[in-house]
Amino acid sequence: MYVRHLQVTDFRSWAHADVPLEPGPSVLIGANGQGKTNLVEAIGYVATLSSHRVATDAPLVRIGAPRAVVRTAVVHSGRELLVELEITPGKANRARINRAPAGKPRDVLGILRTVLFAPEDLALVRGDPGERRRFADDLLVARTPRLAGLRSDYERVLKQRGALLKSSGAARRAGRGGDISTLEVWDGHLARHGAQLLAYRLNLVADLEPLVAAAYAGVAPESRPAQIRYRSTLGADLPEGYGVPGGPRADAEQLETLLLESMAKVRSQELDRGVCLVGPHRDDVELILGDAPAKGYASHGESWSFALALRLGAYEVLRGDGVEPVLVLDDVFAELDRRRRQRLATVAAAAEQVLVTAAVAEDVPAELDAVRYDVGEGEIHRVR
Amino acid sequence: MYEGPVQDLIDELGRLPGVGPKSAQRIAFHLLAAEPADVTRLQEVLQKVKEGIQFCDVCGNVSEETTCRICRDPRRDLSVVCVVEEPKDVLAIERTREFKGRYHVLGGALDPLSGVGPDQLRIRELLSRIGTTLDGVDITEIIIATDPNTEGEATATYLMRMLKDFPGLTVTRLASGLPMGGDLEFADELTLGRALSGRRAM
Ligand SMILES: Nc1ncnc2c1ncn2[C@@H]1O[C@H](COP(=O)(O)OP(=O)(O)OP(=O)(O)O)[C@@H](O)[C@H]1O
Ligand SMILES: [Mg+2]
Ligand SMILES: [Zn+2]
Repeated sequence: MYVRHLQVTDFRSWAHADVPLEPGPSVLIGANGQGKTNLVEAIGYVATLSSHRVATDAPLVRIGAPRAVVRTAVVHSGRELLVELEITPGKANRARINRAPAGKPRDVLGILRTVLFAPEDLALVRGDPGERRRFADDLLVARTPRLAGLRSDYERVLKQRGALLKSSGAARRAGRGGDISTLEVWDGHLARHGAQLLAYRLNLVADLEPLVAAAYAGVAPESRPAQIRYRSTLGADLPEGYGVPGGPRADAEQLETLLLESMAKVRSQELDRGVCLVGPHRDDVELILGDAPAKGYASHGESWSFALALRLGAYEVLRGDGVEPVLVLDDVFAELDRRRRQRLATVAAAAEQVLVTAAVAEDVPAELDAVRYDVGEGEIHRVR
Repeated sequence: MYEGPVQDLIDELGRLPGVGPKSAQRIAFHLLAAEPADVTRLQEVLQKVKEGIQFCDVCGNVSEETTCRICRDPRRDLSVVCVVEEPKDVLAIERTREFKGRYHVLGGALDPLSGVGPDQLRIRELLSRIGTTLDGVDITEIIIATDPNTEGEATATYLMRMLKDFPGLTVTRLASGLPMGGDLEFADELTLGRALSGRRAM
């Protein structure tokens, strides 16, 4: 698929931008702070309804403007869909698909699929487990948009059960019984949604593992082999082979039982601390380089290559499902040595559409420089 | 900030559900410009709902008398009770014309984040209602029609656990097909009607 047209109004630094795009590689060149990343961020937002840089919508709206609008025309298997999003901080977004109002903004998920690699992705390797859980869940939703519902249901149940643990724990400490029968209801719901999310994540990691390993070997052939592994709060109770390439597909019903058993074991600890201790919200996707964890051990270049390999692996997973996502490479070439640049360029040049941003044209290998836009002073012009 | 009573009015309106500060301001200025007779009428209905409306002794729905119109209606099937969260859900189900039984309004759903547990809902009243024979008819079916969202689902599970040991009682849940994460009152009549006729035993 590819974005044929991008239009933004009051998005970030842009009062207005109108950019016709083409399949194949395009590069956006401009000095620091001219708004290149802002444009690709807008494309990423249409695909995921979130920004890769900020957790809230307020910074996305141009300072002083009430709302931002992003429009993209997306071409997929010869069909074009127009997706429009109106972003108003503090309010629900409004979405239109082919000019008709969408029931929920979430309905636009799946129309545009992107894989975006940006400097912030270093946090995938160096950051907390939450970064890697988000990576996995974002990819699940990109693969299967309806899982956005499962993800938010789980979050909601988690909050509710946490609140109940806090109040029941306090009641227990005060010598009052606390309501165990309602807690069991929330246990059941947490286990059911949690088991589904866990099963999807395990199966995802099993699919992703060989692709990430190959992508890493591709960009960093002289380095030790890379590996990813799912770590669950179930620990040794996780059935053998789950989340491992070639292993059995994870069975959500079985995981539900295991989660319930595990919850029963820590019940009293949970009441003391007022937090849910078992479930996919505390899991991690471990990144391993050679025989050491990447986090804390990998060099800067290795960490960078690992983060890139995760994104390229995600790209291949989506391609394997039969959709060619739009590849976005924000400011990555400057960080890579010449050989790694060359290797990444070879992969990217084969994409149906790849959008590259860079401060200086010399950083971008020649095969990605097919169409070029200059970005500066609030304007964007196609120069080649 | 506006002066005295105008700001008070905006503040009061802003406390209503679904009314943000901007709408509160708009409504306030609309009322200021309105004919005195219109404002008086509004004032009178507001007073009346507070004084004249009570909650039905039997089902907990809003009612003008101690027992509501539906509970008094002799044509309603006494053996089936549909459990909903709010009075507005009764209206939504009535609109489908699919349901001939009576209702039980819980007054909300399990919601620990807002401090709502079983004791804050009319669950005890439901249990004693089920144990009572009315005009020689026992309640034999309970349809749980809480909202298809996290809190509604948890409430349904909780009720199911409480009700499963009543002898001779069938407990059903509105069939899926209702949009998940939704609100019963916003489901269209056709979908809701279909969900009612396709309800499943839990
Ligand atoms: N909400 C906003 N309103 C107005 N301006 C904003 C807003 N958010 C960001 N900006 C401005 O946008 C600019 C950053 O744009 P962007 O990140 O796209 O730069 P870039 O061209 O990618 O630069 P670099 O080469 O450094 O990555 C900054 O000057 C910032 O002040
Ligand atoms: Mg940038
Ligand atoms: Zn009644």
